[in-house]
Amino acid sequence: MQKITREQLLDRAVALLSDGTVNSVLGWQKGEFDYDVTPHIFKSADELKEGFVWNDFCYANFSKYLVLKTDRIEGKLLVFLKPCDTYSFNQLLTEHRFDREKVYAIGVGCEGMVDVNKLKAAVDGISSIEATEEGLKVTTIYDDEPTVVAIENVLLERCVNCKSKKHVAYDELMGEEGEIIDSARFDEVAALEAMTADERFAFWQNELSKCIRCNACRDACPACTCENCVFNNPNSGVETKAPVTSFEEQMFHIIRAYHVAGRCTDCGECSRVCPQNIPLHLLNRKFIKDINECYGDYQAGEEVGMRAPLVDYTLEDLEPGEVLNRRGEDA
Amino acid sequence: MQVKEYKPLIVAFCCNWCSYAGADLAGNNRLNYPADVKIIRVPCSCRVNPMFILRAFQRGADGVILCGCHPGDCHYTSGNYYTRRRMAMLFSMLDYLGIERERTRVEWVSAAEGAKFAATMNEFVEAVSALGENKRLEDLRCKR
Amino acid sequence: MRKCSLEKINLVFAEIAKAYTLYLPTDQNDSSAKFTKWEEGSVWSNALNTVRSPKDFFFPQAEDLMEFKVEGKNIDITDIRQESEDFVIFGVRACDVKSFEILDRVFLVDPVDSFYASRREHGIIVSLACTKPSETCFCTTFGIDCTEPAGDVSIWKTETELYWQANTEKGEKLLSYVDSLTEDANTKAVDEQKEKTSVVMKKLPLANLTTDGFGAGKTMELFNNEAWDELSQTCLGCGTCTFVCPTCQCYDIKDFDTGNGVIRYRCWDSCMYSEFTKMAHGNNRLTQKERFRQRFMHKLVYYPENNDGLYSCVGCGRCLAKCPISMNIAKVMKKIGGEK
Repeated sequence: MQKITREQLLDRAVALLSDGTVNSVLGWQKGEFDYDVTPHIFKSADELKEGFVWNDFCYANFSKYLVLKTDRIEGKLLVFLKPCDTYSFNQLLTEHRFDREKVYAIGVGCEGMVDVNKLKAAVDGISSIEATEEGLKVTTIYDDEPTVVAIENVLLERCVNCKSKKHVAYDELMGEEGEIIDSARFDEVAALEAMTADERFAFWQNELSKCIRCNACRDACPACTCENCVFNNPNSGVETKAPVTSFEEQMFHIIRAYHVAGRCTDCGECSRVCPQNIPLHLLNRKFIKDINECYGDYQAGEEVGMRAPLVDYTLEDLEPGEVLNRRGEDA
Repeated sequence: MQVKEYKPLIVAFCCNWCSYAGADLAGNNRLNYPADVKIIRVPCSCRVNPMFILRAFQRGADGVILCGCHPGDCHYTSGNYYTRRRMAMLFSMLDYLGIERERTRVEWVSAAEGAKFAATMNEFVEAVSALGENKRLEDLRCKR
Repeated sequence: MRKCSLEKINLVFAEIAKAYTLYLPTDQNDSSAKFTKWEEGSVWSNALNTVRSPKDFFFPQAEDLMEFKVEGKNIDITDIRQESEDFVIFGVRACDVKSFEILDRVFLVDPVDSFYASRREHGIIVSLACTKPSETCFCTTFGIDCTEPAGDVSIWKTETELYWQANTEKGEKLLSYVDSLTEDANTKAVDEQKEKTSVVMKKLPLANLTTDGFGAGKTMELFNNEAWDELSQTCLGCGTCTFVCPTCQCYDIKDFDTGNGVIRYRCWDSCMYSEFTKMAHGNNRLTQKERFRQRFMHKLVYYPENNDGLYSCVGCGRCLAKCPISMNIAKVMKKIGGEK
């Protein structure tokens, strides 16, 4: 359950709209069900009062929309940012991908967001969801007794392993400021590293073969902001619309993760949006873990203007062979 | 029945200023290294982007080696320092996906190191031959 | 109507698998279901539906069409088609069965797509009636009765029994293979189940969704609707909705240079992509709004216009469940068609 209420955010948004600070509001719009919240640009107070929501399903990272939208709208845009979104916000500013002057950012405290897939696996036929202190009270269309689902059982993976409750960018903060968390987010990567090459190969073949190349991981990623991706460009020679062979599956996912290596803030959108539940964050986190271990701890988006590790070097860097064999010979 | 001897296909990206000249020197000195090594000349080792490496494997390479000037000697001052980081990260990722780590390598070979070039290639070809055909990062369509 | 005890289900599968290649939904490790080939030990999933639709069986995501080699002025063309053998897709829901009819009207009209036609001929569909629809279901909007699925054989699953009814010659033949495992049955249990399910169907959140505002003759009015801007404004332009959709049928034909020849293949394409229908002058739909509009206009206006009023959506709800930003056809229909 979120500590900040919908009303608090709504009142603030309406106030900023009416005093002319902002022209429009990027917020979450109520859907058909209690969980299918859509990002939406609200233009008026009435529209906000009718459709604005803030609940445990406001998982979308809004930073990406700033790239797509700020050029096209007049005046300032109010945007609500959860702690993890603020890292992407800074990273995009570092890369000069949007105009800071056109954005009014409100940092919103976040208690973790719910993974709808997990919730649906726990309860079939959801008709309504109410957030209570005990958890989510879910009623169904089959007139069963309401079920209370503990929030910690249905959190998104990225929230289970939340890396920071601290906002690193905002114009105004609502709710309490949190701390950077020493999370266990690299444990899964370490477990994979500890496997033999054969086991790792089998693991990834199984996962990547599920890919349907819908490109959702790329399109939702706030670090993927190329106007024309190599995989969409018929002149690039590698344009592919379907994973025709296992090689193409591998190539797409290696290049996607590699292209954001050092810039990925680990916001977890790629894994959240994947319709096939491929754990894509394990690719991104591998790069982050390697970078931390080889070139010093680095958190993309922590500050504006940081130099990304893959466009930097020192004279004493490890050789590629040393990086590969730093944990000894392969098992 | 005669069994065809397995010959690995090795792609070597060599920078124009040091390693390619090193290969030349190896040739001039009549040093032997296997003909399985196909050299692709690039202006600088940092010209090689990850897609080059992957596509070499796609097109049938069994091993890919990248050779550049020694750190500090880059013709463009710092190109090979970037190469060092990039390839370290890429090869580590390939290893993470279960691709044999012996199939990829970076070596620094100067224009004066003809002997090192030949020795490196001999050693690399041997290591890749021991692994056999590249099965984990192959595109079957290219083998039809 | 025939019936068999659910306890005997694995014997039935084994029997069918002797005569055909059998595919059925099985649970995956991420609590989703997927059509997989039956083998000893496969467990039939209880899930309502699979993430990927069964259209893959007739219209796979990628397939090779031919191969050619060019030597001098000679072009050597090889037909690499593999004649498919008879196969059974078991447990297809009513909505997905309907999707085949929609695909047929695209691929089986002149000029007939021989690849699709061959697979359609070899495929036998065993459909399964729904008992526990999900909140994202809205098949009734398109006139589909999920308790009365079409297909070569229809089955109904109760707590203990499986009821079978053959609808076509192909279906009769399939049933004959499992004759010894089934017995004659009356329709009482099935009728009761249908009754119970229709009560739930009426209570679904999208039960009132209608196609009233759509269909033939509304092209310009709907095309120019102002709401498209708002609906499409946060669309990310990924292809999730089109790739999980059982009725999306757009494809691209491409050549792959293997180094010693060329493979011509086709693969699914998505109208959400910037390079969809790209021509020499570029893309004829420049903004995401136009691409977004195309998808829904195609399903709700253009297709029915050309196909006697048949909509090319079956209300399976896959896009409702999978869209990264939860924008979907139900929201579009309510907004554009007007809430009823």
